[in-house]
Amino acid sequence: MKLTIHHLYADMMNLYGDRGNVISIKKRCEWRGIPVEVVDVGLGEPIKPTGCDLFLFGGGQDREQTLLVEDLAGKKGADLRAIVEDGGVVLGVCGGYQLMGHYYETPEGEKLPGVGVFDLHTEPRKPDEERLIGNVLVRVRGPEDDRWREIVGFENHGGRTYLGAGVEPLGEAVVGFGNNGKDGTEGARRLNAYGTYLHGSLLPKNPWLTDQLMLNALRRVDDAFELEPLDDAAERVAFESVANRVRHG
Amino acid sequence: MVSKPFDSARLFAAVAAARMARLASRTLGRGGGSTVPGVVARRVDPGVLTELSRRLPLGSAAITGTNGKTTTTRMISRILQTAGVRAVNNSTGANLVTGVTAALVLDSDLFGEPASEMGLFEVDEASVPKVAAEADLQILAVLNLFRDQLDRYGELAYTGKVISSAFEDLPENGSVVLNADDPLVASLGRSAGKPVYYGVDEPALDTGRLQHIADSKDCPLCGTALHYDAVYMGHVGVYDCPGCPFGRPVLAYRASRVRLDGARGVDFVLQAPGGETEVRLNLPGLYNVYNALAAAAVAAEAGVGLEHISRALREFGGAFGRVERVKAGDREAFLLLIKNPVGFNEILRTFVASDDARHVLIAINDNHADGRDVSWLWDVDFEMLADARLEGRTKGASPFTVTGTRAEDMAVRLKYADLPVGAVIPDLEEALKTALEATPPGETLYVLPTYTAMLEIRKTLSELGYTHPFWED
Repeated sequence: MKLTIHHLYADMMNLYGDRGNVISIKKRCEWRGIPVEVVDVGLGEPIKPTGCDLFLFGGGQDREQTLLVEDLAGKKGADLRAIVEDGGVVLGVCGGYQLMGHYYETPEGEKLPGVGVFDLHTEPRKPDEERLIGNVLVRVRGPEDDRWREIVGFENHGGRTYLGAGVEPLGEAVVGFGNNGKDGTEGARRLNAYGTYLHGSLLPKNPWLTDQLMLNALRRVDDAFELEPLDDAAERVAFESVANRVRHG
Repeated sequence: MVSKPFDSARLFAAVAAARMARLASRTLGRGGGSTVPGVVARRVDPGVLTELSRRLPLGSAAITGTNGKTTTTRMISRILQTAGVRAVNNSTGANLVTGVTAALVLDSDLFGEPASEMGLFEVDEASVPKVAAEADLQILAVLNLFRDQLDRYGELAYTGKVISSAFEDLPENGSVVLNADDPLVASLGRSAGKPVYYGVDEPALDTGRLQHIADSKDCPLCGTALHYDAVYMGHVGVYDCPGCPFGRPVLAYRASRVRLDGARGVDFVLQAPGGETEVRLNLPGLYNVYNALAAAAVAAEAGVGLEHISRALREFGGAFGRVERVKAGDREAFLLLIKNPVGFNEILRTFVASDDARHVLIAINDNHADGRDVSWLWDVDFEMLADARLEGRTKGASPFTVTGTRAEDMAVRLKYADLPVGAVIPDLEEALKTALEATPPGETLYVLPTYTAMLEIRKTLSELGYTHPFWED
C-alpha cells in the first residue's frame, strides 16, 4: 500500500513554506516504512487518484490565485468536489483554503469563484483594516475521538472568511484572528477535507494532525490500519515553546 | 526638472539644523543619528537633497534590490577610494530618502558645499522613485528581486514597476545597471534609456533545478514558463522564453571561469567593455560574485578603470555582519548572516563545496527585524546538506547546535532533513559559549544567525573580549 501526496499547484502556491507540510507527511511515512510518493499537479494537469491519497492545496500570491481559478473552473474543480464528497483527504492552507469556498473577492472587487467544497466565502480587507498577522493557537475537536486538542501556527492574510450554515469550523482561535478576527472561528472542516489559515509549518509542529490526515487516507484502503507511534519529543518541545509564548503574550 | 529658485539662507538653516540634530542625538547617546539630521534638514528646506546633490561634480549612483545592497555599495566605495574618487555614502540601514539626505547634509559645509565629488547610496526598493526624483542620479543599479518581506512590498512584479518608474528621472546618458540573470530585473531594461547588463557564464555552477523558493520562473512579459539553460540560484540563471522574444539580454559585464574556494573566497574572470581581468574575492559564494560584478559595472560606468576595480575587489574584506571572522582565543568564529532562504541555501552550498564547516551553530530569532514568521525555514534546502553528509563530503562534521527564540523550530526542521541535532539551547549567550567550547582549539565555529541573533552574538563575543564593537568599523 502506497500513500500518494498530490501537491496541487506546487510550483505556484509555494508561499510561506508549504513545503514543510509535504516534508512532514513524507518523512512520517518513511520513518514507519510506509511507501510514499509526492506528485506535483500543475496548471492544466489532471488529478489522478490512486485510492490512497492525500491532497495538499497551499497558499499563493494574488496574481497566481487568478490563474488557478480558470484551471479549477473545469474538470479539476469537479474532481476535487467528488473526492471530498467521497471522503477523500484534502488539506487547504491560506490561499488554497480560500479557493475551496464559494468565492474569494480580491481587494480590487473581483469575485474569483472557488471550488465550493466548503460553504464559505472570503471578503477582502477594507481600506481601514489591517492584514491579520501573527502566531495562532487553535483548539480543535477531532470528530474521530471527540477530544479537544491544540494546534499552533502562523497566519498572514488580508481576506476575511465567513462560514455558512453548511460547514463546521476546524476549531476556535484561542490566540490569533482565525477566519475573520470577529467570530472566533478558525478554518473549516467537512468530512475529511480541512481548511485553515495556519500556514507553512502547520504539520511539523502538530504531528498528531499529520498522523490523523495520513491515517484517514490509509484507512480508505485498509480500515484496520494502525500507525506505529514515533518519538515526537522534538516536535512536542517546539509546539510547547510557541504555545507558551502565545499564551503569555 | 523644474525647481524653485535657490534659497541660500534656507539651505544654510537646513544644514545648520541637521548638524545640531546630529550633535544632540550623539550627546544623548541615541545611536548613530544616521537619519535624524535628514529628517530635520528636510523639514527646514524640502529642496535640500536636490540642491546639494546637484553640487556633486560626478553626480550620484544608487544601488537597490533585495539582496546584497550593503555589500555591493561597500565594494563600490572601496573601488572609488582606490581610484582616488571622494564619495559620500549613506550608512547601512539608513536607506530611505531621509538617510540619503542626512549623508549629503553632513558631507557639506555650512554653505552647502560638499566635501565629496560623488554620491553613492544604497536605497530601499520602495524609496527608489523618491530618491531618483530628488537626487541627481547618473547611475541606478538593480541587483535582484527576491521574495523577502512580502508584508512590506506585496508582489515582486509591483516592486519592479515601482523601480522602473524612476528611470525617467535619469539623464539621457545615465546608466541603468541590471542583473541580466534575474528575469524580472532584466525585463526592466525595456523602460531604460541606457540599460547595461551584467551576468555570470559558468556551466559548472548550474544546480540543474529551480529551487522550491524560485520567485519568478514565468516570463515577466507573457507569463509562459521560462526555459533555463542553467539555474545558478533561486530563479537566477541563463534563460529564454519559449512563448515570446524575451530572453537573457547580451552582457556588457560578465563573470566566467568562476571557482568557488569554500568559505575562503572565489576566483573569476571579469570581462568588461574596457577589457578583461582576473579577480580574487575574499568573500565566499556565488552571490558575492554577483555583488562584485554589479560593483564593477557601476564603477566602470562611473569611469573607473579595470585595474582599480580588480585591485580594490582583491583588498575588499566584507561588510559588517554579512560575513565576518572573529578570533576567539585559540579558536575562530565565522559569522554568516542569514536573511532568507536563498541566502541560507547559498551558505549551505558553500559549506558543501568545502569540508571546512565541521562545527555549526544556527541561531534563529523571530523578532520583527528577522521576520516573525519562520515557516521559510522549510523552504531552505537542508536536504542538499543531508545528501552531502551521506556521500561523505563533510567528513568529521559534528551535530548542529541550534539556538535563538525559534531554536526548537530549527531543531524540528533539521530532524525532518535527517540531519543530526546536538544541543538545543534557546539562550544565545549560553549556546555560543557551549558551541565554542565544543569546537577543538585551532578549528572554526561557523555561526549562522538571523539579524537580531547576529547582534546578540556580536555583543556576547565582544563581552568575552573577542572582537571590537561594530560601530568602530
